[in-house]
Amino acid sequence: MPEFTLRTLADQLVNGLVIGNVYALIAIGLALIFGVANLINFAHGSVYMIGAYVGWVCVIWLGWPLGATFVVVALICATLGVLIERFGLRRLQNEARIAPLLATIGISFALDQLVQLIFSPNPQSFPNPLPAARIALGGVSIGALDLLIAAITAAIAVMLFIFLRFTRLGWALRATAQDREAAQQMGVDVDAINALTFAVAAVLGGIGGVMIGMYFTSVYPTMSYGAMLKGFAANLLGGLGSVPGAVVGGLALGLIETFGVALLGSTYRNLFTFIILIGVLVLRPTGLFGARRATPPEPLTGTFVANSRPVHIPRALVIGGLIAAILLPFFTSNPYLLQILTNAWLFSMLALSITLVTGTAGQMSLGQAGFLAIGGYASALLSMRLGLPLELSLLAGAVIAAALGTLLTWPVFRLRSQYVALATLGIGEVINQIILNWEGLTNGAMGLSNIPPLSFLGLPVIETAPIYWFALGILVVAALFQWRLMQSHLGRTWRAVREDDVAARAMGISLNRYKALAFIAGGLIAGLSGAFTAHMYSYINNETFAATTSILGLTMVILGGMGNMAGAVIGAIALTALPELFRPLADARYLIYGVVLLLLVRFRPQGLLGTV
Amino acid sequence: MTSTTSATPTAAPTPLLQLEGIQTFYGPIQVHFDVSLHVNSGEIVCLLGGNASGKSTTMKVILGLVKPRAGHVMFDGRPITGLPTPQIIRRGIGSVPESRRIFPDMTVRENILIGAYTRTDRAAIEQDYERMLELFPRLRQRLDQRAGVLSGGEQQMLAMARALMSRPKLICMDEPTMGLSPLFVDRVLDLIQQINRQGVTVFMVEQNANLALQIAHRGYVLQNGHIVLEGAAQDLLGSPEVRDAYLGGGAT
Repeated sequence: MPEFTLRTLADQLVNGLVIGNVYALIAIGLALIFGVANLINFAHGSVYMIGAYVGWVCVIWLGWPLGATFVVVALICATLGVLIERFGLRRLQNEARIAPLLATIGISFALDQLVQLIFSPNPQSFPNPLPAARIALGGVSIGALDLLIAAITAAIAVMLFIFLRFTRLGWALRATAQDREAAQQMGVDVDAINALTFAVAAVLGGIGGVMIGMYFTSVYPTMSYGAMLKGFAANLLGGLGSVPGAVVGGLALGLIETFGVALLGSTYRNLFTFIILIGVLVLRPTGLFGARRATPPEPLTGTFVANSRPVHIPRALVIGGLIAAILLPFFTSNPYLLQILTNAWLFSMLALSITLVTGTAGQMSLGQAGFLAIGGYASALLSMRLGLPLELSLLAGAVIAAALGTLLTWPVFRLRSQYVALATLGIGEVINQIILNWEGLTNGAMGLSNIPPLSFLGLPVIETAPIYWFALGILVVAALFQWRLMQSHLGRTWRAVREDDVAARAMGISLNRYKALAFIAGGLIAGLSGAFTAHMYSYINNETFAATTSILGLTMVILGGMGNMAGAVIGAIALTALPELFRPLADARYLIYGVVLLLLVRFRPQGLLGTV
Repeated sequence: MTSTTSATPTAAPTPLLQLEGIQTFYGPIQVHFDVSLHVNSGEIVCLLGGNASGKSTTMKVILGLVKPRAGHVMFDGRPITGLPTPQIIRRGIGSVPESRRIFPDMTVRENILIGAYTRTDRAAIEQDYERMLELFPRLRQRLDQRAGVLSGGEQQMLAMARALMSRPKLICMDEPTMGLSPLFVDRVLDLIQQINRQGVTVFMVEQNANLALQIAHRGYVLQNGHIVLEGAAQDLLGSPEVRDAYLGGGAT
């Protein structure tokens, strides 16, 4: 426990405020976009990260002064923002809000991977170019960079205030945010305002990126994701879409985080973000300053489940495909192919779980990998610490994942649409953070190694082909379980909850109970997949089941067709096998996933086999 | 069908606004069946009809918010069918949308001034702003308040002031009396006449036929997407056919 003197306290205050300034910049951008386009922009973090890289290139490679660097960062980020709006989102503006949200996830995958391909995934050192001298001010030490960050943020906040309050264009922007159609009737070109908003937000994000890069003296591709979530947590804290709220929320988050890290240690840094994110969503979705209006009513994901006639797959074809899959190891001696397909079977279970929760019950889950993680850790720990036989530990892992995961998701049941997506994402991250920080149980970032290998009825399952059959076997069992549920009254009720929760409730359906049942059933299947994975790899850590896995699973589901079980399996096979089939593309797999997601949302939201 | 020109103040050779053979669909559902109407310069013309008759959609077609599948809209001698809404507004049409749609989180002053978004002549805007406060004195006391806290009647005046700030040739009003207290209904109707006397042509959609016909020069009755009746306001006022049109015909 670090010692707290008045001096360190004051220094932490400065640190917290400086970081809070940058969070505020990110949050303002998200708030503007949320206000004008009613959209949670997941690509915002990527713009911020690209801004940081552009700044790094200018300062370190080209040796430019900071002034010129900021101008170039602003120009490039503004262009990027406009391009994202124009080509990624404009055509989706009349769709259910979840459609452009998914598109921004696709865009962020693609941009992050692009930067990784160009600059490598490794962090690049970004030494602070400013003089190192620090001013001592009444016991507080302030550096030149601290002052610069504060000055830039303050200048931007003042300029933005003047722009929004006193200029014609600023009024047009606020009018568009408040009532798009009425703004059009005043002669406002709302598409242009939309593009302008994305440009302004991107500039703020990019400049924030450069400043954080200098502050922490490094830039790296994955900085995007955390920044977006922090910006969003700050925005939520202050009240969604409120610009002054974003400033206060950003500063508050910076302070909470800095003092929290000083108290508990740096591995806890992100936990505060996610707890704030979920806490505010669940307890006070209007934030500190948004008390005037409740969160706007949102259509459920059900409206994104585009009306379509699902492709009917004759039973003979399913059985034929299954027999072919069972017989495959006898016809190929290529262990690589079997390994890929084993992965596809495990991903199929994740996809089945997501298609149930998101496709059938309409609860957009971006945190389903959390169930994988709980299943994996539970089963691994039970067999390692208690010596449980593998069959039992797999089952126990699944049950624990379903129970614990659903319990953690419970507070989300009162939310709708975009907010469900955001909250489940946060819960997935909280699970991840708990795994990272509960070292006594999970061994923290070191992970669990020497997990007992797979076995069945006492026989070890360590060869490629038996593992393949084992995975296929539990997939079939899981699929039959889910199929049986879908044939029962549960399937019908879930779809009713998805299509119209108000009407469903008016029919006497207890929403919470059925949402919980969907998460329990989905959690069992995902938990089983996670447990199997743990024993198959014999090593897992907190990154084995990262948030990107949840998004990948969701992309598989959309590719196959939401709510479509056969589609989930086919989507999983396609997206697992695709990057492997084209070996040179394997490095760019997340670029492929991102583009696939973007194209699907835009051109074929019903997926390959159609929604059910 | 009756058609008199006696009530038309000026017999303009080409109408200011003309809809011809409009066919509109929402998905597979047809809203307008060959709707044609015109508004001459200087007139107050009302479009009457019951619920779901297609009145508000007519307004949306004129403003470019809904694109008709067939037919065209002419304004000031030029086609505007299919143009984006902001460009139609720039041609000289002001809009008072259904249920007002003022910007609730902007001040009253900002709401009035954003009506002049299409203009750049600052001095003249300032004059018009003063003119609006004279025309709608109630707004003057509330200039720095959020528009969302105004009463329904005040919001209606604000929406009218906002629309007039673009100096429109034609002002389109969608149910201007909806949801107002009886006192305000009369006040709003007076104001519409006053605006009209100052040279602005008025096209209004109304459900309350008697009220609208009291101030209008001519009227059209829309029923299930068909224009079933048109004529001078006096002729329509109290005519049993108007009542029939509302009640679905044969109800007398």
